[in-house]
Amino acid sequence: MTMVSRPVLFGALALIIVAVVALALPSWLVSLTTLAFANALVVLGLIILWRAGLVPFGQALFYAIGAYAVALIDRYGGMHDVFVLITAAAVLSAFAAFLTGFLLARYREIFFAMLSLAMSMILYGALVKTETLGSTDGFHVEAPTYLGYAPQGAMHLLVLFWLVLAFSAASALLVFLYFRSVAGALAVPVRDSEIRLEFLGVSVNGLIHLNLVISGTLAGIGGAFAALSIEHVDPNMAYWTTSGGFVFVTILAGAGSVAAAFVGSFVFEFLKSIAYDILPGTWQIFLGAVLLVTILFLPEGLGSLFGRLRQRLNLKPANVSS
Amino acid sequence: MSAILNVRELEKTFGSLIAAHNINIAVPPLQTVGIIGANGAGKTTFVNMITGHLRPTKGSIWFEGRDITGRPSREITRLGIARSFQVPQIFASLTVLENICTATAIARTTSGLIHQALTPLHSSAILADSDSALELFRIAGYRHALAATLPQGARKLLDIAMAIAGAPRVVLLDEPTSGISIEEKFDLMAVVIAALKRRGITVLFVEHDMDIVERYADRVLAFYDGTVIADGPPVETLENPRIQELISGPKLKLAVPNGRHA
Amino acid sequence: MLTAFAILTDGLVYAAYLFLIAIGLTLIFGVMRILNVTHGSFYAFGAYGSAIAVGIYFDRGFPAAGGFLLMVLVAMVIGLGLGLILERGLLRLFYGKDEVIVVLVTYAAFLILEDVIKLIWGPNSYALYQPLALAGTIDVGSLVLSGYDIGLIVFASLLAIGASFALKRTRWGHLLTVVIFDREIAAALGINVTAVYTITFVIGAMLGALGGAVMAPKIAVTLGIGVEVIVLAFAVVAIGGMGSIGGALLGALIVGECRAAAVHLVPQIELFVIYAVMALVLIFRPQGLFTRIAPRKI
Repeated sequence: MTMVSRPVLFGALALIIVAVVALALPSWLVSLTTLAFANALVVLGLIILWRAGLVPFGQALFYAIGAYAVALIDRYGGMHDVFVLITAAAVLSAFAAFLTGFLLARYREIFFAMLSLAMSMILYGALVKTETLGSTDGFHVEAPTYLGYAPQGAMHLLVLFWLVLAFSAASALLVFLYFRSVAGALAVPVRDSEIRLEFLGVSVNGLIHLNLVISGTLAGIGGAFAALSIEHVDPNMAYWTTSGGFVFVTILAGAGSVAAAFVGSFVFEFLKSIAYDILPGTWQIFLGAVLLVTILFLPEGLGSLFGRLRQRLNLKPANVSS
Repeated sequence: MSAILNVRELEKTFGSLIAAHNINIAVPPLQTVGIIGANGAGKTTFVNMITGHLRPTKGSIWFEGRDITGRPSREITRLGIARSFQVPQIFASLTVLENICTATAIARTTSGLIHQALTPLHSSAILADSDSALELFRIAGYRHALAATLPQGARKLLDIAMAIAGAPRVVLLDEPTSGISIEEKFDLMAVVIAALKRRGITVLFVEHDMDIVERYADRVLAFYDGTVIADGPPVETLENPRIQELISGPKLKLAVPNGRHA
Repeated sequence: MLTAFAILTDGLVYAAYLFLIAIGLTLIFGVMRILNVTHGSFYAFGAYGSAIAVGIYFDRGFPAAGGFLLMVLVAMVIGLGLGLILERGLLRLFYGKDEVIVVLVTYAAFLILEDVIKLIWGPNSYALYQPLALAGTIDVGSLVLSGYDIGLIVFASLLAIGASFALKRTRWGHLLTVVIFDREIAAALGINVTAVYTITFVIGAMLGALGGAVMAPKIAVTLGIGVEVIVLAFAVVAIGGMGSIGGALLGALIVGECRAAAVHLVPQIELFVIYAVMALVLIFRPQGLFTRIAPRKI
């Protein structure tokens, strides 16, 4: 099973290194990486859909559901344990994805993207108009507890980071295995010929529905962690520009590999942060330019750089295409 | 011997348009049936009704003694009726091997999506089956080629190879030699028919090339104006002056008989 | 009764706004199949240009009618400049690529232009008050209607009529219609599709800028006004059918009235009623209210 174990080995190694190195890093970097990995979960979900040829413009719907679930249970539900919060966020966003999936799975291409966008904007509109949910200002999210343990001071940043890292690793592994399963491998065939799949006995809508639930759940968990990381939720998390940001990172990362979601998301947050500091008046020009350059010169995203690097170093080519 | 496929009083109307009517056919197992007729005569409607793409307005379709009338395509495929397409439906972004592996894997994971999510794609069993399918259709040489780069003949063969990955008992081929050059048609059809006979599959194929029909069909169904106007052995049916008038055109007396084999 | 009338008029005003911001987007999508996110930038540039140029104009005390004309002129110039630069300089490089990629290219351009606005005009807010004041008010019973709003409704109507006429009666309009229907056939007929693309994009840019220019007196012209316009215009175009002027009008009217009804009767849904309508249309008639289903091609 060498095809599976090599990337997994590298991944586990990287994971341990990052976890340990975090102890020595400044807190702003730890925070940034936490948020980057939380957002990377959303991107992971988008990669799953992009491989099947679908790009939703409203993934922020589930992101916001996850975030607000955490915020609301924390504030009004009286429960602060992080595992309870994350589970609730996952269940709620999975359910939302399941319900909306009945509709969304019947559409393709631009109509799919638009319907997805419409749904996220409906949530946005509802959130803004709801006073009890803080309306446009949103509200604060307290730091959670970890099975009773309440970390103090700078530790709480680190502990959250390690938890997000663990979840990221678990998700990465699961998605990696999913891509190597029959269902996961059917994504590219969906793009190429739905008719063939239907006449082989596969329900393409059913498959897409499954992929929607998986990516919706990932987005919800990402939103939950994001809420905990920035300690705040507001309706902007459901706005089209948030969805746009996720699609941006997905293009930057490329759909080729699971690791690309995390590296791409980190690179994006890092670039954004640097741009804010060095070019405060023009950071959007910078990001826009990065996106254009990526589309022009790296159409397969950053992930494709890994592929080329592997070929250069003459290692076994990664089974990336299916 | 009971028919593997039985069609009774089949009819399909679209509003006031009668696309097919009064179709009664019993196909015994392992027969190779050629379906001929001009465009719009009802051949495609017939194929679509059998494969579940269209629901008949009247009549019934029986497969292996089971009533499959109006059932969805996915179900009919799972029950054992497959089809190939005039424009080969293959996965252009994948290699030929990956194409056939996908079809084989789907055939082996019949309990649905969850089963498919838990089964790895690259297992030795799937690879073995896939390799033998490629050998059977003589396209093993294209194993690692991207399907998008295949010549038309190989595409057709891949389409058919994928269609039968699930071991169907009946397969419908929609114009298997269309778009293929005259030199290659017979070779292609020879490979296809040999492969399907080897696997014990009953074949119905739609064709416009009468030479192919004459050579490979055990029986010919001639469609005209939505119904079957002739049903019999190829030579007899194709010699029939009415068929020649309405569908096939007169048979040319060639200077060199059988001069088409490459 | 009063509420009903208020809903009707508010609805018409909002519909005029929606139509003005949607017409440029639907044209570009219809002809070029591009969901142009930069549309928001055209709107913003038009608003800024109008606020500043027309503001100066009125400050100098020039005659009022010329001020409104200047608004239109400013929009045309901005649209021409921006449209040409973007289409020839950027978009042209991505024709033929995946639709989603092209949308992202326009998204990147939008991000860049947002900062360009900041660089040119800074973070300040600009107000253009003279046109509103000059247009006065009209009393209808106990309702006070702004003359400018009425003017907007008239302007939008004229634009709709003019655009429909241009598409249906002029040679250029016929060319565009053919390209909208099927660009391959258009090219096969000898139509210079590249030129059509450039000209369409520029016209779309002008219309986008025009939307911003005439809305300037009604809003606080500041950073970020393009962001909301994009998604609103998008919704109207999706409802009416991409590439359909009549559809954009119908979509604008439906959404305008629904929103007005919401504002007066069920304020909680005011913000998302447009997207709810969009979702409903997408569910029951995904090609939009005015478009025929595109013929399937194999």
